[in-house]
Amino acid sequence: MARIEVDGIVFEAREGENLLQACLSQHLDLPYFCWHPSLGSVGACRQCAVIQYDDEEDERGRLVMACMTPVQEGARFSVDAPGAAGFRASVIEWLMENHPHDCPVCEEGGECHLQDMTVMSGHTTRRFHGRKKTWRNQDLGPFIGHEMNRCITCYRCTRFYHDYAGGKDLQAFGSRSRMYFGRTADGVLESEFAGNLVEVCPTGVFTDKPFSQSYSRKWDLGSAPSICPGCAVGCNISPGERFGRLKRIHNRYHGEVNGYFLCDRGRFGSHFVNAENRLRRCGVRVGDEEFQEIEGLEALAVLTDLAGGGNVVGIGSPRASIEDNFALMQLVGEDQFCAGFSSDEAVLNELIVDIYRSGAGRVPTPLEIENSDAVLVLGEDVLNSAPRLALSLRQSVRNESLRLAEGARIPLWQDAGVRGHAQGALSELFSLTVLPTGLDDIAAHVEHLPPEQIARHGHAIAQAVAGVGAEESASGRIAAALKSAKRPLIVSGTGCGDGEVMRAAAAVSSALRHAGSDPALLLTALEVNSLGATLLGGGLGLDEALKRLKNGAADNVIVLENDLYRRADPSLVDAALEASRRNGRVLVADLIETRTTANATHLIPVAAYAETLGTFVNLEGRAQRFYQVFEPRAPVTSAWQWLGEAGRAAGRNDMRWQHFDTVVETCASRPGLEALREVAPGADYRGAGGLRIPRETHRASGRTARNAHIDVHERKTPVDTESPFSFSMEGAQGGAVGSARSAVWAPGWNSNQSVFKFQDEVGGALIGGSSGIRLFEPAHGVPAPSYAMSQTSDEGEGFRLIPLHRIFGSDELSAMSPPVVERGGAAEVVLNRADAGRLGAREGDGIRCDLLSASAALRVDDAMAVGHAGLVVGETFGWLPRGRVVLSRDPDFRSSQELIARE
Amino acid sequence: MSEPAFIDVLSQAEIDAIEIEVAHLPDRPSAAIDALLIVQKHRGWVSDESLAAIARLLGMSAADLDSIATFYNLIYRKPVGRHVVMVCDSVSCYVMGGESLMMRIRRHLGIEPGETTEDGRYTLLPCVCLGACDRAPVIMVDDQLAGPLAESDVEDVLGAFE
Repeated sequence: MARIEVDGIVFEAREGENLLQACLSQHLDLPYFCWHPSLGSVGACRQCAVIQYDDEEDERGRLVMACMTPVQEGARFSVDAPGAAGFRASVIEWLMENHPHDCPVCEEGGECHLQDMTVMSGHTTRRFHGRKKTWRNQDLGPFIGHEMNRCITCYRCTRFYHDYAGGKDLQAFGSRSRMYFGRTADGVLESEFAGNLVEVCPTGVFTDKPFSQSYSRKWDLGSAPSICPGCAVGCNISPGERFGRLKRIHNRYHGEVNGYFLCDRGRFGSHFVNAENRLRRCGVRVGDEEFQEIEGLEALAVLTDLAGGGNVVGIGSPRASIEDNFALMQLVGEDQFCAGFSSDEAVLNELIVDIYRSGAGRVPTPLEIENSDAVLVLGEDVLNSAPRLALSLRQSVRNESLRLAEGARIPLWQDAGVRGHAQGALSELFSLTVLPTGLDDIAAHVEHLPPEQIARHGHAIAQAVAGVGAEESASGRIAAALKSAKRPLIVSGTGCGDGEVMRAAAAVSSALRHAGSDPALLLTALEVNSLGATLLGGGLGLDEALKRLKNGAADNVIVLENDLYRRADPSLVDAALEASRRNGRVLVADLIETRTTANATHLIPVAAYAETLGTFVNLEGRAQRFYQVFEPRAPVTSAWQWLGEAGRAAGRNDMRWQHFDTVVETCASRPGLEALREVAPGADYRGAGGLRIPRETHRASGRTARNAHIDVHERKTPVDTESPFSFSMEGAQGGAVGSARSAVWAPGWNSNQSVFKFQDEVGGALIGGSSGIRLFEPAHGVPAPSYAMSQTSDEGEGFRLIPLHRIFGSDELSAMSPPVVERGGAAEVVLNRADAGRLGAREGDGIRCDLLSASAALRVDDAMAVGHAGLVVGETFGWLPRGRVVLSRDPDFRSSQELIARE
Repeated sequence: MSEPAFIDVLSQAEIDAIEIEVAHLPDRPSAAIDALLIVQKHRGWVSDESLAAIARLLGMSAADLDSIATFYNLIYRKPVGRHVVMVCDSVSCYVMGGESLMMRIRRHLGIEPGETTEDGRYTLLPCVCLGACDRAPVIMVDDQLAGPLAESDVEDVLGAFE
């Protein structure tokens, strides 16, 4: 550490870190534009100028850029010196010459870094009266709006999009005062991380398009800490609400999970909360009649009735919280409860937990994987199944350039210097996947293989690590690279539907442990609470549960937030629900209409994640609390409340839950879930001064007027009995632990850049520590387990089906979000050219799977192994049968485009 | 998705010339500027189609190549006339009467800087420095310098370029 002095304040900073970062880590106000904690320094904008003094005698000093100045023991600086302050004011004045006067109609207004910096540097009067440059804006697709006139040429967009996220289609064009940031032509921004431009751009050039179409100022958005429901990474998000509608998703910083960035599924996938097909009423129907609306109490009576007897099966869901699933399990009894996965997927998720617990490798946090200096990806198309991880993996290959820079004594925050010196050198990433992935461009070695061969390859690598097998082979080279790495990482998961692949990953990791290294092993699950539902357990497999209904062993079923047609053989689901409709009741509690709700006898509308609170467990086993952002309109209610009420009404002593915290308490009594109590502050937690934490900002407007078109009397503020948050602007953010903060704002810092004020140090943990608790840690001190390749026979007619995942479309809920619908693609069947030829089908023709009664367009890809068919998971293909399946050309198939064109 | 056949866009002569440059360099994208100049030499300018074809040939994205192409004043991303007239507007030429020289050329050609005469004969461009201050005020037509240039010389100098 080095002691430095800034305007008379003496503090300790890391030796060699740049002064801007050091000042921000002290929570000092120093303006900047081109610097970003994740992107480093380039010294381009000249906005963080300060005066550096040579020694104690030096009174004049010299102007330096803080972001380019390393901190050294005894160094003395001034931010406030007139020379520095005046220089920064001039820089802002130049930048503002061409900036339009459109703040009142600009979406960025009120959370604009440029506004903040302009005010901070004291430039309040315009002297420039010349013509401003104007530009033609581009249509960048359904996610991102473009308004080039606002650009101040800081280059943060291309540095994030191109340099950091690996996007190829956004660039800086022109030179001098004629810079343009955009695509070569109008078109959808290709990167799956394009949405981060909204937050990376310091002003309103790149804006959230869906948000713009239903806009509110940041200060009018109510919020609460939340967790993205899009996949199993569990990124922390800040949903914004106004008038009972979810308006937008912003990143919520987490020092171990998502850092500063989200993927576009997460950012734009949450509009399902406002969707037309939300289930909003309780319903009942007799026979094949239409659903009739019933009162909430009537629906509750049905649920209560089911809680009494044992003649019921409860089916939970990996998209519902632990508490919701637990409430259902409690209601129907453990032996009648099923976690809601397909029977095949349940086995895979249990395998993740088993491997994690076995001590085959250290389980890294999602951000920790950025530090890996050699990576092996086995079978998982990470960019599509756990997208945020792909951005971290892309950073991991930069470790070689960081190593080279260290050797050349280039500070690692010198972004241009580090990149220039490395000349594109990358750490090794080995990717063995079914089809090409978005990480192939940075991989040192790529192979496209069917799952069983990936597993075999993986086991060969494990053997090579152990010293068995030819060193000349690809397996030998991969093994050698992993062995010589300081921080090797193995990534696999449930995506390709083959447990043998994950077992091979565990074998590699285990072999590395035996060889004396400390490998990290990360296994991805598919849904937000896949691991939570797995840890909760349940006595029934889904197929077994459905068979019970089909053969009359149970007459009633309660389905919670689950579309069974995506989880099991549709003909089995049909038979089970039909029998249950005949013999008893099919009560479906969901937040959306699905094929399952269409086959119910009773419907209960439950709250979406933003309308309730609960706990999700992410792919590293981290339990994280999400809080209610806004109240749903009755009768929509949290599932745990419906189920708890029913249990209480049925006289169940074990369900006398007054509050959410009691549900957590009861749930935590289950083995392995003890830590649930500690996950997040309970309802009795208070911010500074013993006050509740406000969901609304202190500037929220129109409190008395916003409902005036309905009632001129100001509405009573709802009381939140379940969390420490209030539904108003009263209360105090201050004193709250970082994870319990509803919004980031600090005096002078209205944009999300203000997050540094709430971090221990720039880019570090939030004050109070990173939130969430890992429910289990790998076994320590035990010998690494061994995983042998099991023999499978794979003979027979037809195709072996391989599930393929898409960031846009495969996740059930985000696929209903209108911007994602616009961005996403249709279902596909992927075949090798030879197989396509045998079926007499060409690209775009329909391929039918009779067993699934579904067809989709053919895409020919020679990377797909012969005898295998990739099916894109989504609305068309949910559950996939194991074993070989006959496919045929479907002459009657019409693609959705064709159907639209016909209409 | 069918890939555009860039072979059809670039001539064999262009491809050969570009490959010669590539052979001297550590990686293909390093030949970007040379490739752009080669195509410009053959066609007078670099169209969107040419740009996409060069990018494919060099294994880089069109956006990356276009960011290079648009950075340089002398790579033309719009069609230019048979002759490009560059008039220096930097300090030395300004002091020596560059501004009135530019005025005279504009009047003579009947176009503004950045425009091309209707007959497609001349394109007029301002230029930051031609590196010939000793001959200020100076202009360059295609690859020939002319200067010091009196306003009265304009017609004769430009007239020599058919």
